[in-house]
Amino acid sequence: MNDKPKQQYDIAAIMNENINVMRDVVPWANETRFRVTKVEKGHVFGIQPWEAHLVGDPETGVIHGGVITTFLDNLCGMACTSAMTEMRFVATIDLRIDYMRPAEKGRDIIGEAECYHLTRTVCFTRAWAYHETRDKLIATAAGTFAINKARLGGGSRK
Amino acid sequence: MNPQLTNPRADEIDAILKRLPFAQTLGMRCEVLGDEMTAILPFQEKLIGNVAIRALHGGAIASFLELTAMLQVFLISDMPRPPKPINLTIDYLRQGHAKDLYARAYVLKMGRRMASVRAEAWQENRAEPVTALMAHFLVAAD
Repeated sequence: MNDKPKQQYDIAAIMNENINVMRDVVPWANETRFRVTKVEKGHVFGIQPWEAHLVGDPETGVIHGGVITTFLDNLCGMACTSAMTEMRFVATIDLRIDYMRPAEKGRDIIGEAECYHLTRTVCFTRAWAYHETRDKLIATAAGTFAINKARLGGGSRK
Repeated sequence: MNPQLTNPRADEIDAILKRLPFAQTLGMRCEVLGDEMTAILPFQEKLIGNVAIRALHGGAIASFLELTAMLQVFLISDMPRPPKPINLTIDYLRQGHAKDLYARAYVLKMGRRMASVRAEAWQENRAEPVTALMAHFLVAAD
């Protein structure tokens, strides 16, 4: 390891450029089919499409809450990384989900996550899921994430 | 003799899992002995969340625990259908490795309108849970 001064990066811009790659390296995200649509510093947007294999109630055709948990967990984690000045991976410490109303069958769910505070070791986030606007919520989330100290790999990433 | 047959709700749990597309996507199953149920999530490549460290995705684990908690409420009640979740808190205690995952849920309180449930998931050692969940379900038919 050398002692070169730490370079600062616009992580949000790098993430925006690699918006599709980010999901491809997460098999479970590929399975649930959500897309990340926009990354700003500390703020990430995405879409969770309705898919038949994600249905959690066969009578109503509503997708399972676990899909929304996966979606918001992932967006929150990305919001943490986007808020940093150095590429770091984060791990969920805890996550709380409140279900306000069921998502409607066949409709896309919009997700929005925000990292509103960042310390050296922990990120604090909240997230929202809705069809149209934040006035009519499907679910909200609040999560804390641990910032991994060591950078993974260092070599080329596939 | 199959001990699963001693609880008539056990067969219903099996039937629910079979007609729940998302449970099939996860690939989970349940073993019931009386009022005790162990849920099993056999490892599959698609459950991975971080390819670099080959850890299970937190969302997959949370989904598995939410379903386990929901089915446990159903198992010990006489509800016609599984309960709806109100909220849940998930604590990620340890990394979930690329291996089978097991879970058990405990109904702390079965009220008239709501049920409070705790669930834990583990891999090698039950005393070292990977993830813990606390959830509330609506049990009234309203």
